[in-house]
Amino acid sequence: MPLFFEAKLQIINMSLELKNVEKKVGIETHIYSTNLKLEKNTINVLLGSTLAGKTTLMQIMAGLDKPTSGEIWFNGENVTGKEVQKRNCSMVYQQFINYPNFTVFENIASPLKITGVKPDEINKRVGKVAELLKLSAMLNKKPDELSGGQQQRTALARALVKDSDLILLDEPLANLDFKLREELREELPKLFEDRDCIVVYATTEPLDALMIGGNTATLLEGNVIQYGKTLDVYSKPENLISAKVFSDPPMNIAEITKSGEIFKLKDNDVQWKSNVKIKDGNYKIGIRPHNITTYKEGNNSVEINGKVLISELSGSESLIHFTNGKLNWVSLSNGIQQKNIGENTKLFMNVDEFLYFDINNRLVTNG
Amino acid sequence: MNKTLNQKAWYFVIPVFALVAFNAVVPLMTVVNYSFQETFGSNVFQWEGTRWFKEILHSERFHASLGRQFIFTFIILLIQLPLGIAIALTMPKKGWGVPVCLILMSMPLLIPWNVVGAMWNIFALPDIGFLGNSLNSLGFDYNFTQQSGDAWFTTILMDVWHWTSLVVLLSYAGLNSIQPAYYQAAEIDGASRWDVFRYIELPKMKKVLTLAILLRFMDSFMIYTEPFVLTGGGPGNATNFLSLDLVKMALGQFDLGPAAAMSLIYFLIVLLMCWVFYSLMMKDEGRT
Repeated sequence: MPLFFEAKLQIINMSLELKNVEKKVGIETHIYSTNLKLEKNTINVLLGSTLAGKTTLMQIMAGLDKPTSGEIWFNGENVTGKEVQKRNCSMVYQQFINYPNFTVFENIASPLKITGVKPDEINKRVGKVAELLKLSAMLNKKPDELSGGQQQRTALARALVKDSDLILLDEPLANLDFKLREELREELPKLFEDRDCIVVYATTEPLDALMIGGNTATLLEGNVIQYGKTLDVYSKPENLISAKVFSDPPMNIAEITKSGEIFKLKDNDVQWKSNVKIKDGNYKIGIRPHNITTYKEGNNSVEINGKVLISELSGSESLIHFTNGKLNWVSLSNGIQQKNIGENTKLFMNVDEFLYFDINNRLVTNG
Repeated sequence: MNKTLNQKAWYFVIPVFALVAFNAVVPLMTVVNYSFQETFGSNVFQWEGTRWFKEILHSERFHASLGRQFIFTFIILLIQLPLGIAIALTMPKKGWGVPVCLILMSMPLLIPWNVVGAMWNIFALPDIGFLGNSLNSLGFDYNFTQQSGDAWFTTILMDVWHWTSLVVLLSYAGLNSIQPAYYQAAEIDGASRWDVFRYIELPKMKKVLTLAILLRFMDSFMIYTEPFVLTGGGPGNATNFLSLDLVKMALGQFDLGPAAAMSLIYFLIVLLMCWVFYSLMMKDEGRT
């Protein structure tokens, strides 16, 4: 058995590939034609708001749902019509899904029992996974005796115990409270570190994607906008949509004109110099909220005046919404920056971090 | 801790206390009063102690009707629960079929009990009733007014028709509260349809099913109107259930003392069963 397993690893270059996958329900299109190739030993984040098509895409990947057209290839085999039971995948949901009258041990063991693994082997593997997920002390309890975090750990353990080729996590942290979410989010990438599998993680939160790393696909309304290394997608969004999806709080967008070295906001007289090499003309800039601050940051900053709409404090950060011209802006500063509503205030924008888009919303350059 | 002493608050309890006293305590105490005495009318009472209780507990008539009552309740639970769950499982979960099914299911529950009895009485008449006539013309010797087996069959059929819907509606509500992700998770695990029912649907329906058993037990154990109209306890004493027997004793024979004692025993049995079910339900509640 081990020999066969090693051989299998050597021969096959594991990958999951979606080829022109499309999903329609009635007259509605849930997924527009999508091409995506996920490599082995990667964590892939599907990032998008609700109804972006994350769950549909995952269900198609798992085989729980069939695409209207297009093909799914796994390890060089067309698995489009293959039933979910015959694929080696596991899934964790936003809700804590466990068998209600099984103990934690029985729950974790359930996928192994069905496939007929020997009891000794089951004990060994469940014990190992339980230890990994800090469930060893709760193996004899039932799911409804556990906290939400422990229930989700049990569900995760069930997904991990069977050595799946494909592990799908559909917003697994969404129903957990803040502290548990942070804790589990840190552990997640470690859990998959030395496994030969493809992990897909769906989330609505840009921060999740950044913390988990790996690759990210940004999604909007059934379209995969951009797929690449998470940091690349974040720092070099192909277009404005991808940048918007991957920004929380929302990105500030303004129209500008460029002539020579001078860049100017269309709406008012805020202007700055930059040696960004683009032709003269009209552009859009995208500025992430943390690049507008109440203090100077970076070597090249430009002042902007604003009237405070609302200011929110969240622990060590201050979120200030303000108006300048016709636009509403969002800024995120470190520390506690107390501002009164209606107050006129001066903020600084970090010019080096600006993203420039052409009028068709494509990224021209950044910084 | 400085607790304000305000015993005047107790005055607010008086209206409720009076109300409960008049609609529960006083009638109950009257029955208790009757159960220990013999009366010949015109308010003449004679102390009898526990004689009536002893008599009732040793009376074959009481044993027979109590036995019939338990058998009846047991049979209808045995039929209605699985049938109700089965119907609920086959009901559609979305689309136009949902309201249609729900309305069809709630119809029997909306019909007054004596009307149900009268309906089934006419329906089952061997000469002119649709059911009775059909069965006879198919070659069955069916006559619920004369053959006790047929009377039982008709009474049970009537109760199943009348009350299975309640189990269906409760189970349906329980089934609908199961998130679709459970079914998907089971599908990924490769669980069979039976596994899904046994390990997901049944445990998730546990609470509503306990409620269904409790309600159906209580209702069927105290059934009166429908068999009274349908068979009147006959033929002979074949369908003479506990409540029918009680009314016969109290109003038919005017044996107020024994009837009162029987009422109290009946009441205590119902109370005991309630308590058993309640503690069974609470045992699970406490664990969560």
